[in-house]
Amino acid sequence: MASYVIRRTLLMILTLIGLSIVIFAMLRLVPGNIADILFDAAGFIDPAEKAQLEEELGLADPIPLQYWYWISGLLQGDLGFSYVSELPTYDEIAPRVPITAKLALLALFFSVAFGLPLGVISAVNQNSKLDYALRVVSLSGLSLPSFWLALLILMAFVSWFGSIPIYTNPPDNLLDELLLYAIPAAAVGFRSSALIMRLTRSSMLEVMRQDYIRTAKAKGASDNSVNYTHALSNAVLPVVTIIGIEAAFLIGGLIVTETVFNIPGVARFLVEAIQWRDYPIVQNLVMLIGVVTVLTNFLVDLLYVALDPRIKYE
Amino acid sequence: MQPRTWLAGLAVVASLAVPVYAAAQQAGGILRVYHRGNPPSASIHEEATYDTTRPYMGVFNNLVMFDQTKTVESLDTIVPDLATSWSWDSSKTKLTFQLQKGVKWHDGKPFTAKDVQCTWDLLQGKAKAKLRKNPRKIWYWNLKETKADNDHQVTFHLGQPQPAFLALLASGYSPVYPCHVAPKTMRTAPIGTGPFKFVELKQNESIKFVKNDNYWKKGLPYLDGQQFTIIKSRATRVLGFVADEFDMTHPNDISIPLLKDVNEKKPDAVCYTYPTNISLNMIVNRDKAPFDNADVRLAMAYAVDRDAMIKILFNGEGAKGGVMLPPPNGVWGMPPKVLSKVPGYGDKAADIKKGQELMKKAGFGPDNRLSIVVKTRNVASYRDPAVILIDQLKSIYIDGTLETIENSNWFSTIAKKDYMVGMNLTGLAVDDPDVALFENYACGSQRNYTGYCNEELMTLFKKQSSMSDQAARKKLVWEIDAKIQEDVARPMIAHYNAATCLQPRVQGFVRKVNGSYSDWRMEKVWLKQ
Repeated sequence: MASYVIRRTLLMILTLIGLSIVIFAMLRLVPGNIADILFDAAGFIDPAEKAQLEEELGLADPIPLQYWYWISGLLQGDLGFSYVSELPTYDEIAPRVPITAKLALLALFFSVAFGLPLGVISAVNQNSKLDYALRVVSLSGLSLPSFWLALLILMAFVSWFGSIPIYTNPPDNLLDELLLYAIPAAAVGFRSSALIMRLTRSSMLEVMRQDYIRTAKAKGASDNSVNYTHALSNAVLPVVTIIGIEAAFLIGGLIVTETVFNIPGVARFLVEAIQWRDYPIVQNLVMLIGVVTVLTNFLVDLLYVALDPRIKYE
Repeated sequence: MQPRTWLAGLAVVASLAVPVYAAAQQAGGILRVYHRGNPPSASIHEEATYDTTRPYMGVFNNLVMFDQTKTVESLDTIVPDLATSWSWDSSKTKLTFQLQKGVKWHDGKPFTAKDVQCTWDLLQGKAKAKLRKNPRKIWYWNLKETKADNDHQVTFHLGQPQPAFLALLASGYSPVYPCHVAPKTMRTAPIGTGPFKFVELKQNESIKFVKNDNYWKKGLPYLDGQQFTIIKSRATRVLGFVADEFDMTHPNDISIPLLKDVNEKKPDAVCYTYPTNISLNMIVNRDKAPFDNADVRLAMAYAVDRDAMIKILFNGEGAKGGVMLPPPNGVWGMPPKVLSKVPGYGDKAADIKKGQELMKKAGFGPDNRLSIVVKTRNVASYRDPAVILIDQLKSIYIDGTLETIENSNWFSTIAKKDYMVGMNLTGLAVDDPDVALFENYACGSQRNYTGYCNEELMTLFKKQSSMSDQAARKKLVWEIDAKIQEDVARPMIAHYNAATCLQPRVQGFVRKVNGSYSDWRMEKVWLKQ
């Protein structure tokens, strides 16, 4: 196990190095830089002023040197300065991380809290009216564009309640925070719960056909014991994989939700930063998302060992 | 003296010292506004968008400003701001301002004439400190020197008479900056003398301003502050306004089609549907064949059906005109009688025939059509008119395909002349020919995107600028405007309207009918409680 952990750690480091090179290179390959964007806002381009700005921001340095400055700074905890706000990158990113994290966790909670039990219910009541209804719900969750659903929610609130559940001021307390994030989390969680529901259902159906389930029933185990203790605990492994993937996706994938509900999280900030070619923000934020993703996948892999004693890592 | 008499006297004296609000205005409250995106910076002098002027104009004062209680911005509606009075010398080339005394910057330092000198030296590139960008440097082509005569008097020395110089100083784009604060700080945490102090900008989230309790205009501002919530999604922000989450929309954010929805859902909203003084125009690369042929360019000007554009894009809420915003809202635009004589502004069927003849003369025709690429920004307000333009050009044997350019590359594409034909939007900071002509058509101007250069017209630009008889000046401006249109320098398509909406409790705000960049001092705006 120890050697597995060491191997995975080295692999994670290699992955992150590769990611840093890819994101660095891609940003420089995309046409235009911050100087172009800033001059765009001023309605003109002055080549001399632009060159001076690029010199000031280090964009005139050789590319490998720019990469080296960034990576060496990152390893020392110096994330540089935002080209747009001219404030430390850390100060721009740090307050947004908890916002997206809370939204993502709440969305994950909704998706698991609804997806898992509904998947079990659907599997246990296979081919019943309830099963069909739940499958329709899950299909709509997968089909409805999240942007459309989010806007529909906002329009419904405005039309029916005369209010709009968007972020305009930081919430004062935990309850306000929960209420503020609940609706966008539910909008995102709807899609994820649909995916989890369908996967749980198919996984459960496969497991419930196994001999040991028949044996458990024959021995007089209750329905709950059969479904949850014997079947679900074995059916949940592939679902855990999906939950892990969804969790990692959520960090960067909340862009639509954050835009429509006006939540100042990292996903929306990342897209803005890309549009502004704010390299320090984009590079460091992508690395953060990369770290979260690789760590999440690693934790999911370790979770397998806990869930299935047959799995051993060497 | 009897105690009662003494007390009554004291009450009278006290009432003179304390600002008394008129019966209508009420002090207090935070004005909640939505903002469509991060301002590129807080430095008004370095930007050319009301994404910056709208929030930050309240931080500053100008020397003079357009009266915030009047609907028109013109030389006749200029009122004192940091200047108490001004006068021209006999040669009309020296403009001297007497300045307010006792004014302090938000950091407590005193405002003096040196700050005015610093600001205009900065704009002319004469100061040690440098601006990152200087989009209105061309405005001061005629300014030789800015001199602080003493602490409370400053004189602008011009090369030739220029009555409209005052209008440049009155624009929302002409605040006075402090000498002692570096341009970098002004981009991030600006210091002004204005009614509102900058508190903070959280990117993608909000911009906050608080009332300047030591504002030198006693009794103002009425508001306790302004808060701008940054919302990228237009659907979300308009829904927010309808749900009463905001007191005011972003300037011109409510397009005419959207206005119908807003009026239905929020019938008590007060919406000003006025010209934006932003024009749709076509840029044509005169250096690229066949557009170096004047006949081809003129044919294109004939083909554009401006009435149809205005009807389709703006539900008829717009106007045809030349460079200058047409009357009745614009002060300098050509009236219909003059405009109708300009190529492309007559009878459309006849114009199209003329266009076809010109194209045939240039060697094109129904069997030899010209293929072009029309480039424009990848933004709906640019794309939609470009699509219609392509359709209209078909009538004169031109087949266009649309190529959209990402925002970051638009101006470099134009600067490199990497286009044949483009669809563009141009905003005018002030409804004055000195701004419109010099910024967009002067030889060598950075915002003269097509590189149009006509030395004869340049002489006329300078001539109209020096004229003190405004009626005669207007006639000359019409002549210049018509010539520019005939030259197909940058064919104007439409001046369009859009709406800015307020909740009924917002009082004291007056929207200008001929500009979008100078309305935002907000010192006299108040909220009905």
